Amino acid sequence: MIRKLLKGAKGYEVQSVLTILLVLCETALEVVLPIFMSNILNTMQLYAVDDGLKGLTSSMIVYDFQGKTHSLLTYGTGTVVLGQMDILLNTVYTYGILMVLSAILSLTFGSLAGWLCSVAGCGFSKNMRAMLFGKIQSFSFANVDKFSTASLVTRSTTDVNNAQNSFMMIIRTVIRAPAMLIFSTVMAFVTEPKMAWIFIVAIPALAVVMFLISTRVHPLFKAMLKKYDKMNASVQEDLVAMRVVKAFVREDYEEEKYRQATEDVRKAQLKAEKLMILMNPLSSCVMYGTIIGLLIVGGLDISLGNMQGGTLTAMMSYCTQILSSVMMICFIAVQLVMSRASVDRIYEVLETESTIKDGAQTEKKVESGSIDFVNVNFSYSSNEDNLTLENIDLHVKSGESVGIIGGTGDGKSSLVQLIPRFYDVLDGQVLVDGTDVRDYSLFNLREGVSMVLQKNVLFSGTIRENLLWGNKDATQEEIESACKAACAHDFIMSFPDGYETDLGQGGVNVSGGQKQRLCIARALLKKPKIMILDDSTSAVDTATDAQIRKGLKELSSDMTTVIIAQRISSVENCDKIVVLDDGKINGVGTHEQLLQSNSIYQEVYRSQQKGTAEGGEN
Amino acid sequence: MPPRNNKYMGAHRPKNLKGTLFRLLGYLKPYRARMAVVFLCVAVQSVTNILATSLLQPLLNGLAVTSANHDVTLTRFPFIDELAYTDKAGYLFAVVGMMAGIYIVSLVANYLLNRLLVAVSTSTIKKLRDDLFSHMQTLPIKVFDTTTHGELMSRYTNDIDMMNEFIARALPQFVSSFITVVGIFIIMFVKSWQLALVMVGMLVIMGFIVKVIGGRSKRNFVAQQNAVGKLNGYVEEMTEGQKVVKAFNHEEIAVAEYDKINSHLQHVSTRANAYANIMGPIMNNLSHFFYAGIAIIGAIIAVNSDNPLEYVGIIAVFLLYIRNITMPIQQISQQINLLFMAVAGGERVFALMDTPPEVDDGYVTLVNAEIAEDGTITESVARTGRWAWKHPHSDGSVTYTELKGDVRFEDVTFGYEEGKTVLHDVSLYAHPGQKIAFVGSTGAGKTTITNLINRFYDVPDGKIRYDGININKIKKADLRRSLAMVLQDTHLFTGTVMDNIRYGRLDATDEECIQAAKSANAHQFIKHLPEGYNTMLTRDGENLSQGQRQLLAIARAAVADPPVLILDEATSSIDTRTEWLIEKGMDALMEGRTTFVIAHRLSTVRNSDAIMVLEHGVIIERGSHDDLIAQKGKYYQLYTGMFELS
Repeated sequence: MIRKLLKGAKGYEVQSVLTILLVLCETALEVVLPIFMSNILNTMQLYAVDDGLKGLTSSMIVYDFQGKTHSLLTYGTGTVVLGQMDILLNTVYTYGILMVLSAILSLTFGSLAGWLCSVAGCGFSKNMRAMLFGKIQSFSFANVDKFSTASLVTRSTTDVNNAQNSFMMIIRTVIRAPAMLIFSTVMAFVTEPKMAWIFIVAIPALAVVMFLISTRVHPLFKAMLKKYDKMNASVQEDLVAMRVVKAFVREDYEEEKYRQATEDVRKAQLKAEKLMILMNPLSSCVMYGTIIGLLIVGGLDISLGNMQGGTLTAMMSYCTQILSSVMMICFIAVQLVMSRASVDRIYEVLETESTIKDGAQTEKKVESGSIDFVNVNFSYSSNEDNLTLENIDLHVKSGESVGIIGGTGDGKSSLVQLIPRFYDVLDGQVLVDGTDVRDYSLFNLREGVSMVLQKNVLFSGTIRENLLWGNKDATQEEIESACKAACAHDFIMSFPDGYETDLGQGGVNVSGGQKQRLCIARALLKKPKIMILDDSTSAVDTATDAQIRKGLKELSSDMTTVIIAQRISSVENCDKIVVLDDGKINGVGTHEQLLQSNSIYQEVYRSQQKGTAEGGEN
Repeated sequence: MPPRNNKYMGAHRPKNLKGTLFRLLGYLKPYRARMAVVFLCVAVQSVTNILATSLLQPLLNGLAVTSANHDVTLTRFPFIDELAYTDKAGYLFAVVGMMAGIYIVSLVANYLLNRLLVAVSTSTIKKLRDDLFSHMQTLPIKVFDTTTHGELMSRYTNDIDMMNEFIARALPQFVSSFITVVGIFIIMFVKSWQLALVMVGMLVIMGFIVKVIGGRSKRNFVAQQNAVGKLNGYVEEMTEGQKVVKAFNHEEIAVAEYDKINSHLQHVSTRANAYANIMGPIMNNLSHFFYAGIAIIGAIIAVNSDNPLEYVGIIAVFLLYIRNITMPIQQISQQINLLFMAVAGGERVFALMDTPPEVDDGYVTLVNAEIAEDGTITESVARTGRWAWKHPHSDGSVTYTELKGDVRFEDVTFGYEEGKTVLHDVSLYAHPGQKIAFVGSTGAGKTTITNLINRFYDVPDGKIRYDGININKIKKADLRRSLAMVLQDTHLFTGTVMDNIRYGRLDATDEECIQAAKSANAHQFIKHLPEGYNTMLTRDGENLSQGQRQLLAIARAAVADPPVLILDEATSSIDTRTEWLIEKGMDALMEGRTTFVIAHRLSTVRNSDAIMVLEHGVIIERGSHDDLIAQKGKYYQLYTGMFELS
């Protein structure tokens, strides 16, 4: 896991290593600073108990600026002379200034570490995101379908964020906590080995308590989050379907459902929290136990005159440092385990190879637009028993127009998506220009094939920017002629900003029919050899539809066109019409031939005749 | 996803801090007793912590002291202090025993307070959620039409979570920090007000630095949030449109564009995180500076004072407590922030709770009825299959009208916004059992008509009558029960197929549901689902095709079995051939019911009794299919495909 994280830190190794070093220095100062602090405090306290000093036998050795050694208060019965106040001042100055200096150093190290850590952490997540996005762009649709779009978005946002947090935590605390633990333990053993063994008992005890609780709490919280998601999903569902809820007067029913969901969350949360709140008292218990142990062992020694009070105070401060670093380590461990899922999810994407790769003939371009399907079987799940397309054999000459008719789920879109190799066939071959599509480079193949999709997508930006997707060097003239052919020029010019009209995200500012026409114009700008229109004039009226088809022919007569349509009128003039039924070709022929021989075609025709023809054109 | 402006990062203050806070705390009222115990425990915890620390010095003094001298600070319990001179070990165990006792009290208080708090906070938050949800159910459709789902959702997620955080963590911590800080300050001021003032001055400096750095950090976090929003938006757009990206060989350009957004995010988030990261070292070391500062200043004052030795003792106490005071002060500043965020969240939640619910002053109700041969209607408790409107009058008498499904519009003028009318003087009638169709472009007002029939919106002008009764007099729930709707966007609920059909009438038996599915032609495909009627549907029925979902919605309406049916673009997502196949089911469903059909596709409306062509909220043509074709008007143009419906 750490190795995986480090891979993402490329380019930020220096910052990461520096952060770790700076944190080490900061930690060292943190161990030193309490010594200065207790020196000042002890000195003060020695002076503080004026007359009481008669009864005290404490002593302490301090150093002043000149390095002179003063031995303070080693009297059994003496009184403090006022003249000795300057020793006190000297001591306080010395340690005060040492403290300020260390604090400045610690501040510098700490801030620098914080800054560098942030640079490295954000650099890390930038790398991760870039790697993910690049990878996703290279994915085939089979890959994307496997992960689902929503999951890919989550992986590149939430999961990267989690990974960034654990990365930052690693470089800041993974070294610090163990270092602190080791420093303090060593110091404790150096100071008073007789007492230090208490830590040897306390450290594992604390670790076990923390470990036991967190491993038990974790699944409980996971279960709680699941319930929580379910609860929010039920709000979402209710919001989206509010009209249905109100129309069927189901407000109370929905309320009851939600109450159940919130109750589930409450119970699950209570269950998890009940265990969680044991963590604090139990770990405090270990901590207090250790302190009491230290006090008893140390106190007995002091009362026997074998040890001094200062030593005991020092041991107590090591106790805090040692045990809090143990807690820190356990906390990090839990955090890492939790973010591990995120890192794994990211790497699952990064380690997936695209199922569709460039073919061998990298130089080969699409010259003519002939299309041949040779005994093609296709399945989205690569499952022989669940074929979406079965035994498709279809040959289209260059420049021909082909119409495809069929019901929802009959495989029309699946069929045409094999041409620009959005998916690969299971069996058989798809040939474009006489060459198997798998032999082209993806770039050259898709340069030659234009596809207007059923689900039209325009991107945020102006109309012109969207059109330039087709050909980024297109001149205004080319743009206009494509738009005229797609019957889009007139409505574009009717906007106040013309071609510079801003579409907003997802092209929200144009109607469905206009969107479709813009998409056709965009595809035309590519000057493709093969043009595929996947139900892309459904929102356009029949007259405009006919005009677009005419426009296409005029703009480029040798272009092969494949038209998927619901309306018979959209395909009736095609050179060839294919009737698809349940993934199989049910019939191929001209409008007249099919009307004679194909029962499905007749049915479709009849169902539409009822709607359009009687009083109309015929 | 549009860039969400993060409401929590901004340093904005809530508008009505006190009111909202009290209202939020009001939710704790039922748990008054328990909360009192919680706060008592918090106080006990703070006091025990101070006590335990302050026992250390007497312990050490007592061990070191050699002869009875009552000036040495010991425990102040004479019988224990006596031991210090006679039995060191006894003294040690006595004091350590006291400490252990204090620790145990502290641990018990800690557990008790958390245990109570967990129970209180989870129940309180559940209550808040339930209240919010049940109030939301009563809101008029208008609220949902004018507020984005994301915005409403964020009240349930971000806002309530924030309030939870406040009740469960910030509130007790705040009290605890507050008690500690106040306690320490009292000790400090008692010991030496001059040094205490120096301390206050230092804390002011600390507060100032926290504010400056915190402010910068916040600003950058806001910028980061915006950048994240932009990046997520881009990722979503590109992933959704990936087919287009690939079809146009646009991968490299997309990656380049992404890199730009990504780098910007990196830049701002580096700054944001850096400020947040350096906050810790600054606070930590500031306390070191204070320590050294107080020590030096104190020592200077001490040397120049009348009784230097006594003064030194005071400084020693100060130094001890400096270490104990910085942490709670830091926490208080965080908790005040949390408080503001919780109150801001609370304001949004309470604002939704205060949104006035749907007005319903209807008093005509729908009752089961027995209708005698001569037409007299008597109310029945049992379900009879016949229904009647129960109409109480001001003189105390009650009349019954049979539910038939006769709907009339009389000069209805309506607009969603003031001054922007969508429907102008619309008059129409539908006799029981008739099929009335509406045709027209998007925005012509077709859906508005259905919104008015079931009172999603109320008509200010003109009247709509149902079986001769002004619908404003009918109780909304009863009115809606007498209508069934099949909408353009089908919405299914998480649950089995059977559950979803039964949504139409909760007391329908399995047989009735299956019968309804058969009549809607849905039975065929349901049988082929992995577990038939028991197949679980998730996320709005994502595993079904659009057409299948539509069929389920039709079955759902069929099981409700109401006299009036509204089909709003119900068949728009079904291809013509499938539609042709289910037409029988639709016809069976419409049989004997007054039906309003809104359709894009004209084949759907052809056999209606009357077709209304709407344009800009005005009925421009009306009549049967044949009449309208003969008129050669707009309908004729639409029908022959000469005009584009958008």
